[in-house]
Amino acid sequence: MADKTELLTGLAEIVEEVAGVAKDDVTADKSFVDDLDIDSLSMVEIAVQAEDRFGVKIPDDELANLKTVGDAVDYVAANSK
Amino acid sequence: MSNTDVVITGIGATTPLGPDVTSTWDGLLAGRSGIRALEADWAETYDLPVRIGASLAEEPTEKIPRVRARRLDRCEQVALIAAWQAWEDAGFALPSDDGEDVEPERLGVSIGTGIGGPVTLLEQDDNLEQHGIRKVSPLTVPMLMPNGPAAHVGIELRARAGVHSPASACASGAEGIAKAFDMIRSGKADVVVAGGAEACIHPITIAGFAQARTVSTRNDDPEHASRPFDVDRDGFVLGEGAGVVVLESAAHAEARGARVYGKVAGTGITSDAYHITGNHPDGIGQVAAMREAIEQAGITAPDVGHVNAHATSTVVGDVGEAAAIRKALGDHPVVTAPKGALGHLVGGAGAVEGIATLLSLYHGVVPMTLNLGELDPNVELDVVAGEPRKMELSAAISNSFGFGGHNTALLFTTA
Repeated sequence: MADKTELLTGLAEIVEEVAGVAKDDVTADKSFVDDLDIDSLSMVEIAVQAEDRFGVKIPDDELANLKTVGDAVDYVAANSK
Repeated sequence: MSNTDVVITGIGATTPLGPDVTSTWDGLLAGRSGIRALEADWAETYDLPVRIGASLAEEPTEKIPRVRARRLDRCEQVALIAAWQAWEDAGFALPSDDGEDVEPERLGVSIGTGIGGPVTLLEQDDNLEQHGIRKVSPLTVPMLMPNGPAAHVGIELRARAGVHSPASACASGAEGIAKAFDMIRSGKADVVVAGGAEACIHPITIAGFAQARTVSTRNDDPEHASRPFDVDRDGFVLGEGAGVVVLESAAHAEARGARVYGKVAGTGITSDAYHITGNHPDGIGQVAAMREAIEQAGITAPDVGHVNAHATSTVVGDVGEAAAIRKALGDHPVVTAPKGALGHLVGGAGAVEGIATLLSLYHGVVPMTLNLGELDPNVELDVVAGEPRKMELSAAISNSFGFGGHNTALLFTTA
């Protein structure tokens, strides 16, 4: 299992690149939609980049469940190779 | 249709001559050229016969933050920049949590484009071919759709009275303004943000225009390549950019004490029903468009002191338009052709040139046609050459014609 702190840092970089949210604001408790104002189109891009970076598959039905940054980190930690 | 007066209270542009209206206008008066050798290596890669273009004086990313820019096709970027300028120039603040300066239900948008976002389409097709669907952007469709520029401006300014995007090739920007005029005259809106945008300088568009033999191949002398009405013209030069104006009912403008540049007094929109690229040899559509604009304005041909010509610098087109102007108006209007300096902004052309026409009325000066050394003897008109001409004007027409046989004439008068 990958280190969750590292995963959070990596995910924050992706979110900053795609959606322009400052890395430091991308914390585990934040909701992608409600707190970070990320729309469904950007979520698709973030998922694709996360898949490439962390070597994980994020099917659409799983993506729909990843409400917060913490959810995403947990999912990647549990499913990355 | 009521007789509501329609005035222009804001203007914005980003063009090959400059990143705003002032620099573009100054460039026209100073005789600067916006045409240069294309820097991209693809002209060589594909051995294109055309290696010149009128690319933007300033990259849109100088004005649009990175993350926002990556969600917008370049055509949408230039439309947004020109709209911001026009909106601010009209004295409006952007909508915020505190509300709006113009009631959203009374605000419309009408911004045309020739083709919208072909560059996005091609980039995403490359992604699909090379990397598969995962690398295709979820923004592909909203970035390539031709209503994208108008839609983004409508969202930005909170316009709920309708967002329109005329697609009539090189007449799109003028038709954008004409549609806006109708929206205000019909009582549909009090304020409409209108114009046109284009940003499609790419090997495929250059190759397509080159194969149609419509573009200049004067690669060794870019600044002199676009020469409307000149005997040595050999085609247009593809450019990019946007022009946007704020049209407003005179009553609405007066109530808020807005500065008024002039009026849109009439518009004419006709179609040739003849050939997909060539103009009707008798110029019937062009003549009818100019006449329709005059009639709608309630003036007569002798009142029109100036024509800002569509003249793209093609061999056939320029002569045809000259004949149409004579037929519709007579030989008295003082004519200029800004594409000598700007190149051809396609969907942006009619709007940017409409702004130039308006400023000629407002400032009492007509810029020269750049590179007009020797007037084609078949152009029997008074075409301004060499230096700007100062003159008092009360009414002027801006012509825009497009592939497909679209003809639009915008008639501006002093306020």
